[in-house]
Amino acid sequence: MLREALEGRRIAITGATGFLGTALTERILRCLPQTEVVLIVRPGRRGATERMRRDVLANDCFQRLRQQLGDRFDEDTSRRVIALPGDVSLDGLGLDAAGRELLASCSTVVHSAATVSFDAPLDAAVEVNLLGPLRVAATLRLATSERAKTVAASDDAAAPHLVAVSTAYVAGGRRGLAPEAPLSETPFSPEVNWRSEVDAARRARSDTEAASRSPEMLARFRARARAELGAAGVPLLAEKTEKLRSQWADDRMVSLGKARAQALGWPDAYAYSKALGEWALLEERGELPVSIVRPSIIEASLAEPVPGWTRGFRMADPVIISYAKGLLREFPGIPEGIIDVIPVDLVVAAILAVAARGPLSSPDVVHAASGARNPLRYGQLVSLVRDWFSGHPLADDKGQPIEVPQWTFPGRQRVQHQLRQATTLLNGAERALRAMPLRGARADLAARIEERREDARRALGYVELYGSYTETEAVFSVGRLLQLQEGLSPEERREFCLDPAVVDWPHYCQDVYLPAVVAHARVPQAGGQRRPAPASRSREQRARRAILSPDRQLAVFDLENTLVATNVVDSYAWVATKQMGFPERARFTARILLEAPRMLRLDNQDRGDFLRWFYRRYEGGALGELGEEAWEMASDLLLAKSFPAGIRRVREHRALGHRTLLITGALDFLIEPFKPLFDDVVSAHMRTAGGELSGELEESPPTGEARALLMADYAAAHGLELAQCVAYADSTSDLPMLEAAGFPVAVNPETKLAAIARKRGWPVEDWSRSPGFRRPLLPFGPLQQGTGRDRAPSKGALQQRNGTLQQGPGRNHAGRKDIGHDATHKGSPAAAPTPGTKPQ
Amino acid sequence: MPRPGFVLDVDRSTPPALIWHGEGFRLERLPAERSRVVYAPEPLSPLPDPDEAIRAALLAPLGDRPPLPELLRAGMRLTIAFDDLSLPLPPMRRPDNRQRVIETVLDMAAEAGVDDVVLIAALGLHRRMTETELRHALGDRVYDAFAPYGNLLQHDAEDPKGLVALGKTDLGEDVEVNRRVAESDLLVYVNINLVAMDGGHKSTTTGLMSYKSVRHHHNVRTLQHSRSLMDRPRSELHSSTWRIGRLLAKHVNVFQIETTLNNDTFPSQFSFLQKREWEWGVRDRASFLGASRGLDLLSPRARRSIFQSILAPHQMTSVQAGEVEAVHESTLANLHRQQVVDVEGQSDVVIFGLPHIGPYNVNSIMNPLLVSCLGLGYFFNMYIGKPLVRPGGVVILSHPTPWAFHPVHHPSYIDFFEEVLATTTDPAEIEKTYEERFATDDWYRHLYRTSYAFHGVHPLYMWYWGAHALEYASSTVVVGGNRRAVRRMGFRPASTLSDALEMAEDQVGRDPTITYFRCPPLMLAHVH
Repeated sequence: MLREALEGRRIAITGATGFLGTALTERILRCLPQTEVVLIVRPGRRGATERMRRDVLANDCFQRLRQQLGDRFDEDTSRRVIALPGDVSLDGLGLDAAGRELLASCSTVVHSAATVSFDAPLDAAVEVNLLGPLRVAATLRLATSERAKTVAASDDAAAPHLVAVSTAYVAGGRRGLAPEAPLSETPFSPEVNWRSEVDAARRARSDTEAASRSPEMLARFRARARAELGAAGVPLLAEKTEKLRSQWADDRMVSLGKARAQALGWPDAYAYSKALGEWALLEERGELPVSIVRPSIIEASLAEPVPGWTRGFRMADPVIISYAKGLLREFPGIPEGIIDVIPVDLVVAAILAVAARGPLSSPDVVHAASGARNPLRYGQLVSLVRDWFSGHPLADDKGQPIEVPQWTFPGRQRVQHQLRQATTLLNGAERALRAMPLRGARADLAARIEERREDARRALGYVELYGSYTETEAVFSVGRLLQLQEGLSPEERREFCLDPAVVDWPHYCQDVYLPAVVAHARVPQAGGQRRPAPASRSREQRARRAILSPDRQLAVFDLENTLVATNVVDSYAWVATKQMGFPERARFTARILLEAPRMLRLDNQDRGDFLRWFYRRYEGGALGELGEEAWEMASDLLLAKSFPAGIRRVREHRALGHRTLLITGALDFLIEPFKPLFDDVVSAHMRTAGGELSGELEESPPTGEARALLMADYAAAHGLELAQCVAYADSTSDLPMLEAAGFPVAVNPETKLAAIARKRGWPVEDWSRSPGFRRPLLPFGPLQQGTGRDRAPSKGALQQRNGTLQQGPGRNHAGRKDIGHDATHKGSPAAAPTPGTKPQ
Repeated sequence: MPRPGFVLDVDRSTPPALIWHGEGFRLERLPAERSRVVYAPEPLSPLPDPDEAIRAALLAPLGDRPPLPELLRAGMRLTIAFDDLSLPLPPMRRPDNRQRVIETVLDMAAEAGVDDVVLIAALGLHRRMTETELRHALGDRVYDAFAPYGNLLQHDAEDPKGLVALGKTDLGEDVEVNRRVAESDLLVYVNINLVAMDGGHKSTTTGLMSYKSVRHHHNVRTLQHSRSLMDRPRSELHSSTWRIGRLLAKHVNVFQIETTLNNDTFPSQFSFLQKREWEWGVRDRASFLGASRGLDLLSPRARRSIFQSILAPHQMTSVQAGEVEAVHESTLANLHRQQVVDVEGQSDVVIFGLPHIGPYNVNSIMNPLLVSCLGLGYFFNMYIGKPLVRPGGVVILSHPTPWAFHPVHHPSYIDFFEEVLATTTDPAEIEKTYEERFATDDWYRHLYRTSYAFHGVHPLYMWYWGAHALEYASSTVVVGGNRRAVRRMGFRPASTLSDALEMAEDQVGRDPTITYFRCPPLMLAHVH
């Protein structure tokens, strides 16, 4: 009967890239060889046909059909499947006349496109779930009338039968039997004007968008972006701020949707928008023949095309995986309540049966649900899941089996309260850690806490989202569903089985569903071959091999805290204290410490501003002498606090033939001794007048996005590809540079960068100073020595304008740079008195 | 009259022996009836008036040299080169021998009216000395008279403009020397002869030449054929330096001044380190207890800074000047007078307790490579005749061997240890595969010339220094060392001396004979 009714026909499907749509398409292609399919798919960038090939036909759902057809698969599908570019969120579905004609040539249109997530923003749910069916119906009416004009009074001019897929949960929070009837005919259904709901949803979106752009809110987003990224530069902060804003607006629309839905008696915006969609469709259908199929919770297939086939992350899957990972210590629910699950192949059969039977004189509703005929109790499900995972536990990151928790079915309020507390606590810890200037392993701790917080937040989300489904007390009647079954021949009843009674729940859960979920989620199972520790090590090795591949072209390094454990303040303190005695040193230290909070704050806000402000201290310094002292400082401070592994890495890159570039905000004359390490160096340059430093930088210092641009310019100038560039840096102020490079590496990252690197899977290097060596804590220059009798007097290199820095008599430092090793203390020949005279 | 060296046969009544262990020491009881301890001779009496002795030596030189004043004349170019920081060990109290000698030489130069005088620290491939270190060696007066005017230089073995090639020896060894030295009318070399290896032609040929020259004698072949390094006639290293030095002497007028020191190594609060354990008095016992307990409470860094600050009270026992070879013969005789101990026969196992200091970690860190060099390079070679241990015997070293490196002084050591030793520990293979890379590396060269880094090739030399011992002994066990660092070098780590001796039995059989070489104070074993 079913076969006869559908053979030779053409069926259109919306939402074919979804779970149900894919299964439906596959079943038609495999079991109804004479039936054609029109898939209405959004064209995307690649076009509808390509998208259909990639997103529908390439799915493992079609594996069985491929095996059956062998080489004929492509030929068969290209003959029987037509991809029609269209979009249910557009009026007229975005179809042209030819598209409409194709649509009108179909005997049945199955509308299964929907926003299935329970936490969709209100307006998105309304646009797709409420207005979607209306648009389909309107387009079908238009297409039919157009066709009626061309094909005069032929039989074919009959309007296609629209089968709209809804959800059983449109019944809302009612108790007891929910009938298979339009909502308007169902007692206790709320009276809602769907048109005003649509208006309200659209208005709410524009109000929310406006609110999110208020100065107060924008300031909040900016502050949050800064807290997360630090001084990453204006463009990145702006991008992040905008992301946070639109995220906030979406979140707000989600909660508005939930609130509105719950106010009207539905658990969430999904059920609410689906219910209103049914309502609107039936009101607006006109002459169009319409049937509605209401599945409950659709899960992995029972038998067709293969047991356990699933697509995407289904509703219950994340909850189950979280449970198996031990993250959901509790979940609310009524143990004796019915959890209404229906395998996808049973729903497909129901839809096909409705399509085969054709429209009734008045719109009809069919439930595809198990609860009334073959109930699965929530308590039973939980113990089935628990038993299965006790025998097949997941593995933790060390490969040990994870013990699953025993749920006690507490009230939803209690679970939510506990989870909220945990989230708040972890939030606080995370914020505290982020505020501290941590690096390396300790910074990683913050990243770990962030992960834990994410886990807790996600768990809370599941409880809030799905809690109402485990607490449902409605029972969906299936009388009409069973009537459909009676219309099938005995053979068809086997082939297109739609009776929920066939499901053996323990078998389905433990042998079909849970293995499919675990396989699908790709989580490691205990006792498997995969050993996590070596896996992570090999990942590290792979990352290192990629970084040190001869294919790379450019390696860009930051200096401070990437190659040496010092900063501009240390360098300044070293040159400033070099001429000081003990009391001045103490005063100097006190002053720097007093200024420290301000420095930290400025540095956190904008590294460039900080450098400009800090470098004013060099005003009046003698460039010549500072340049010479830099050589002493390189040994006493920078090399003493260098990371040997980092310096080795620079050299490895050079040995591989990569160009190496140092980009640093340090002053050029101070890092002169490091120049030979790199092919090129970009640093800050200070204006001078008559050999004296002005305290002002020639150009803005290379920080933030300027670094990214410098790197890009450099690469372009040398004909190198950024995609083949490795960038090493330690802080989020280098984020633009890291993002621009093909191979970013976080070195001893501070907390914020550690979190980002972890999220994006960037390799992290933990470079430490030379083991066993510790320089004295304070970055002071060496003390004066010697009797000073024969020394040529010299002015201190760093003469502070206001005279707060006292100068002792200096040493002669000339010549070091030019003559190097041989001339530790070579003075100018003109100044030298007759040497060899008897020293007195 | 100081007593000569002594070999104690350990019996049941022998008190535990003090064994050096880096910045600290252990008391260990050695197995009775089959162990012996070699003690150094007691410190010789110093010269009563060293300044006068120096003057006398300069006026009555050895060999075919006239008295120094006759070599000095106005308008000449005079260069005075002096041994660097690696000598003596530990650094001596002021005034240093170098200061005394140089001041005397400068007096004579001033009297003769010489006004072109340059001082050069003969670094060879060692790191540059800091101002503090130069002031310590030369004294403030000399430093302040020369340094500010650019007349105190440090040899730069990588300065292309500062080196002159003087040709090749008969065996094709390149002779490339400091330009100032080559262009001087007279080179006065001021030496401190701490061990028998020092001095003679080795002073100028390693201290003032380039890598190109030094590589001819600092390599695996010469070191494996130096039996020992401390016995010049049987040292291949010295044969090469003598050939090169003789060629240098044809071009440069060298006036060599060598001094020797007694082995009075430790200040009075550590005098127990100098004495034989059974002769310790109450004060020695108390200061041993105090010192070892006190050190236990300190961090490694604090211990290091205490030990690095030790200045030895050793004093000059002889000074000789004139022609290099004649001078060195006399020096060796004086050195042997202080250091030689006669030892009968070899043993299966030898124990070396390694102290806190070697030639290359003055004011620095004794990294694992330096531990190996000190133990297998220096201590093992402190013999005349044959080694203290039999062929195929076991060497036991005692040192904490921390995985620690000075980032400024030893940058190429870090890379050598991390990269090369992780691949191979075979000296010949290392020389073949890695020497050129380390020796000609631009960054190491830059650090050697402008910072305070040892030459890039130096860590390889440290490894070659042990080549003779590595080839001769069957295995090396390190007591109380960082396990990872010890294993990286191919040695075997042991927690205690007893464990080390148990492990040695795997190689040399049960109840092996044992020699403990109780050094410092420095000595030279003449093994018959």
